[in-house]
Amino acid sequence: MTDFLLLSFIFLVAGVIAVPIASRLGLGSVLGYLIAGIVISPGLQTLGVDVISIQHFAEFGVVMMLFLVGLELEPKMLWEMRAKLLGLGGLQVAGTMGLVMAIAMALGHPWTVALAIGMVLALSSTAIVLQTLNEKGLMKSDGGNSSFSVLLFQDIAVIPMLAVIPLMVLPDLVEMGHSTDTTSHAVEVTSHDTGHGETHAKEDHGEGHGGDQGDGHGINISVVDALNGWQTALVTLAAIATVILSGSYLTRPVFRFIAVADLRELFVATALLFVIGIALLMTAVGLSPALGTFLAGVVLANSEYRHELESDIDPFRGLLLGLFFMTVGAGIDFDLLLGNLSTVIGLTLGLMLLKGLVLLALAVIFKLRGSDRWLFALGLAQAGEFGFVLLSFTTASNVIPQSIADILLLVVAISMLLTPALFILYERVIVPRYASRQEQEPDEIEEQGNIIIAGHGRFGGIVNRMLRGAGYSTTVLDYSASQLEMLRGFGFKVFYGDATRPDLLHAAGIDKAKLLVVALDNREQIDALVHHVRHHHPDVHIVARAITRQHVYDLYAAGVRDIIRETFDSSVRAGRSALEAMGVHPFEAELMARKFTEDDRHILRELAVLYDPEIPVHLNEPYVEKTKTLAAEREAQIFGKGERFEPVSTTDWRPPTPVDVTTIEEEDAEQKSSV
Amino acid sequence: MANLLVYYVHPGQRFSRVGRAMADVARAVQGITFVDLYAEYPRHDIDVDREQRRLLDHDVILFQFPLYWYSTPSLLKEWQDLVLQNGFAYGKDGDKLTGKTMMLAISTGGSEAAYTPDGYQHHTLRAFLVPLEQTANLCKMHFAPPYALYGALLAEPDHEIADHAKGYGALLNAIRDDRYDFAAAGAQDVVTHDTLAIAEGA
Repeated sequence: MTDFLLLSFIFLVAGVIAVPIASRLGLGSVLGYLIAGIVISPGLQTLGVDVISIQHFAEFGVVMMLFLVGLELEPKMLWEMRAKLLGLGGLQVAGTMGLVMAIAMALGHPWTVALAIGMVLALSSTAIVLQTLNEKGLMKSDGGNSSFSVLLFQDIAVIPMLAVIPLMVLPDLVEMGHSTDTTSHAVEVTSHDTGHGETHAKEDHGEGHGGDQGDGHGINISVVDALNGWQTALVTLAAIATVILSGSYLTRPVFRFIAVADLRELFVATALLFVIGIALLMTAVGLSPALGTFLAGVVLANSEYRHELESDIDPFRGLLLGLFFMTVGAGIDFDLLLGNLSTVIGLTLGLMLLKGLVLLALAVIFKLRGSDRWLFALGLAQAGEFGFVLLSFTTASNVIPQSIADILLLVVAISMLLTPALFILYERVIVPRYASRQEQEPDEIEEQGNIIIAGHGRFGGIVNRMLRGAGYSTTVLDYSASQLEMLRGFGFKVFYGDATRPDLLHAAGIDKAKLLVVALDNREQIDALVHHVRHHHPDVHIVARAITRQHVYDLYAAGVRDIIRETFDSSVRAGRSALEAMGVHPFEAELMARKFTEDDRHILRELAVLYDPEIPVHLNEPYVEKTKTLAAEREAQIFGKGERFEPVSTTDWRPPTPVDVTTIEEEDAEQKSSV
Repeated sequence: MANLLVYYVHPGQRFSRVGRAMADVARAVQGITFVDLYAEYPRHDIDVDREQRRLLDHDVILFQFPLYWYSTPSLLKEWQDLVLQNGFAYGKDGDKLTGKTMMLAISTGGSEAAYTPDGYQHHTLRAFLVPLEQTANLCKMHFAPPYALYGALLAEPDHEIADHAKGYGALLNAIRDDRYDFAAAGAQDVVTHDTLAIAEGA
């Protein structure tokens, strides 16, 4: 227990101090975490902490991140990406792998070792790249989009790589593995049978694969070991089908069931359960959990619980990824690094140059333009966390000798460490160079001006119908599961959640929103939401629903200028109907209604300006004074003897008088006589 | 029997003496259609389909309104802009109003003397009505001389207004019964209650 607390304390302190500093210096959070990891690594060594096993655990953050990425990606969009995914991703992996292999063979390694090294180094870091792209808001640019395609392909490519590696076993190493325990993860290799090598290896080296599956120590849950090829395929397909079907059909009733309890933490628990469950299922059938949760995310991209899931999972993803980056920093073996400084640095820079050139060539072939081309080439030039996974797997499978693997481990880590620097290079040097050119030739607008409607009851529902009718896309948040169910039935796109929660608001895209319609029923909730958004997102235009006159003043004081009283307009219309029913000419009744509205709003404005939420109303002297004058005027209006307030303006449509006619005639006569 | 459609277009009915007296008479005439345009569309939300159907159903369209700034009240202008669409009233296939008659019943603040080249309005009343006349022409409608009351502001309720309203009733009845001699009326610029070309009997 104390161990756990101490360890948590060290990591948290390091992260909390380093990341804000790094962010302030414009280095991005990833570099902050990496540096934090390096700083605490001596301490961890003293305590004898197994950094690698923490890293495997933290890699579950990558799984969560892919789930979140999936949530952002509707199936249709994924299908539209297929050319990029296979073309860009396939060529990147094949190209880099081939070149690295050729170089390794030229350096005298056997082809099997060279191929394994190629695999290890062809992969990039999903964690760093996606985190940075998201942080910098570049995910939806062409460059970001292409980077994501490549990363997704790599995640898929890891699976066949893991399958092929055991087939390339070096007999010499197997002997060594039997005699001496040289590897840091001390894995016993039991099988030489290449026919079954693949599955055995998985069984034996759960932690090697564990980078993928979170904490894979100890328990083996694989169900496909005992099955032959087509059975495995069948089980795998069944598992994927389970994910898709449960995503489409099971989540909604489950979340509705959870919503009844109305406990926030239950949602978090359910969301975690969902992600972990899929990860386990995927591991059991030998697929990548990252891929499985990504798939589940895509399936849920259309769900009304999407934003709720997003905001529940996101903090865990953030913490785990932070931990992961810190372990990468802490995992750097400085003794080894200093001992082989020139070799490691040379290899790292060479690798990044090579990967960058391959990516650049692909960017040209796939017609990425301007700064996007460089974002793509620089962003993916590092090796990644899957490299760690493959390395521990290859050493355990006796494919790569430990001495080489240790050096490669450093190359992978250093290249990850250098990646934030490349992003900074992109931001400071590349973007400014293209900025002027892009102004002349604007890219496609990334996303339509976003509208968020908080509350989809009698009030927000109307607003939503009008906006959608006019062709605007809206994001609707509502906290009533039954209401949502009904709206879904009518084909509306609505999301479950409490709109006053900043994280949910964030997930719904308040950062990019142009307009927020606050249509909640509850006055306190309206105030809370308005205050939050006015404070943190002052550029978002707010249309707010006011419950009472007093509420109008509160909202005005909070800085809202588009305040709509929820029942005022309908009451005025009812008054107008009453007038018509009493025989008043409809147009006259309309004029009276307009006049009434105008006068009432005039009073409201006069008082709203004087109102001060800091001062109790009865102590606010100008306010009290104004109320008295206005009350006197209103009284006069009600009894029909007022000067200022007439039910209808006495000048509208009033014809000229005979005096006007004589005046005109006299003026005309004068004009004529003067000519 | 001619199908007669009377549009009463007056936003300030509260202040109106002539218009109201005329409207009261018109409402009482059987067998014609009387529409208070400002009562039907107090928020200027004109139902174009319904108005076009009304036009199709009638032979004579009569607009009764006070002259505002040498033109119609704004709602009637809106009505023209929206209802007299191309393809319906004019232009290609715009023959739905062909052969129908447009007539105006207007009251003016100025006297008859004012509406002369020497008067302070400097033009005749018909000169100010040219836009409406040409509207009728473009719609292949006949434009009948307007039934007018000059100097409505100074008109006495018991004399000029009463006579004008009575004449209005007679005019509407005559049009309905095909007793109004549009051809004979065409010779005049403006018709008044004492120059109505109404055939007796029938």
